Amino acid sequence: MKSKERTQSNESARATEARAEDLKAGGFIPQRQKSKITVRCKAPGGRMTSERLERIAEVARTYGNGTVHLSVRQSPEILYIDLADLDAVVRELGEAGQEIASCGKRFRVTTACGGCEYNPNGWVDSQLLAAEMTNRFFGRETPHKFKTCFAGCVIDCPRARDTDLGFHGMVEPTLVPDRCTSCGLCVRSCRDGALSTDDEQLPLRDHDRCISCGDCIKVCPFDAMIPKRIGHAVYVGGKHGRHPHVAYPVAQFVPDEHVPAVIETTLRWYREYGNRGERIGDTLDRVGIDSYRRALKSVVGDALLAAADLQKPKWRRLFYRGVVDAFPPYGDVGGATGESDGTPGCREH
Amino acid sequence: MEHQAVESIDLRGTPCPLNWVKTKLRLEGMGAGELLEVLLDDGDAILNVPRSVKSEGHRIIAVSPVDSGFRLVIERA
Repeated sequence: MKSKERTQSNESARATEARAEDLKAGGFIPQRQKSKITVRCKAPGGRMTSERLERIAEVARTYGNGTVHLSVRQSPEILYIDLADLDAVVRELGEAGQEIASCGKRFRVTTACGGCEYNPNGWVDSQLLAAEMTNRFFGRETPHKFKTCFAGCVIDCPRARDTDLGFHGMVEPTLVPDRCTSCGLCVRSCRDGALSTDDEQLPLRDHDRCISCGDCIKVCPFDAMIPKRIGHAVYVGGKHGRHPHVAYPVAQFVPDEHVPAVIETTLRWYREYGNRGERIGDTLDRVGIDSYRRALKSVVGDALLAAADLQKPKWRRLFYRGVVDAFPPYGDVGGATGESDGTPGCREH
Repeated sequence: MEHQAVESIDLRGTPCPLNWVKTKLRLEGMGAGELLEVLLDDGDAILNVPRSVKSEGHRIIAVSPVDSGFRLVIERA
């Protein structure tokens, strides 16, 4: 009898321990109010079905005080949940397919804008990538929290440039001269002075100025300006918080299919070099950006940005004003010599 | 190349997105393959309206400068 009690008590201790670990890993945030917690719901890219949204509302009314807070990173958080109701809350959310997000030192739910599915500006499917990458990497343990973000275009509404590992869509335009009527709308639409008109009244593009927004493609009435390639710019080391850190731009035109390998490689590098409690931006500063660039090079090849790229008007305009000058210089990591498709100053139709 | 439009609408002075709404309404009252001439301001109007026209599936067959703006010829889808 006694031994049975002890077993139960051990089990209960283990359960409490497991519960504490679950709390930390599981997206349950202690509130200022004693024994009340906030339950953070998983919503990659801030998207969910209306059924899940309804279930979150029901749970908030039944177990909380009827309020929900939308976190800065797109997660609906149910407030004022009693610790004792946790299992019921998790079960009822789970019945509607609503999973719980996470906190702590791990890969967090990915954020994203609307992307190309329905946002007229988007070039890449940031919603799909946010869902897939969350499925693949969510919860993986890292030296400190690790946030990822996908933006559909260079406008970067969800702030990929402020994220541990951020991606924004980019498009390289090319001209089909036969279709061009020299109406000049593309030249007018360019906000970066990358397009001019040549002697034959055809648009001429300055590679070093073009920031890959795709406005010229969208404005062209005759489909004469079309996408040549679409991919992602990659930024690493960004964060906000009390000691904000701007991300390093490290690659461009990375195709969708290389994105998982970029994340995998970055996580591996971070786990190898990062100290516990150190965000990747600080690890990069301590260990050196070239160590990371070398690792990334094996995945992205010529898409890796070189020191010369950052001196081009396009990167100086794509990036925070003045910040590039404060960067440690990017070294030679073998083969990265800047853009693969153009020499400095190269212009083409 | 001069295109003879069936209908014409002068939207110079009409701001975005009202210029597109009026273009769309006019197109809806027309038959497939018919041509609509639209006069638009330079600036936002000429950068935005063609984009919307294209995304609705209509075809733009001419763009040319006119007094204080542009002339657009649209073939209704």
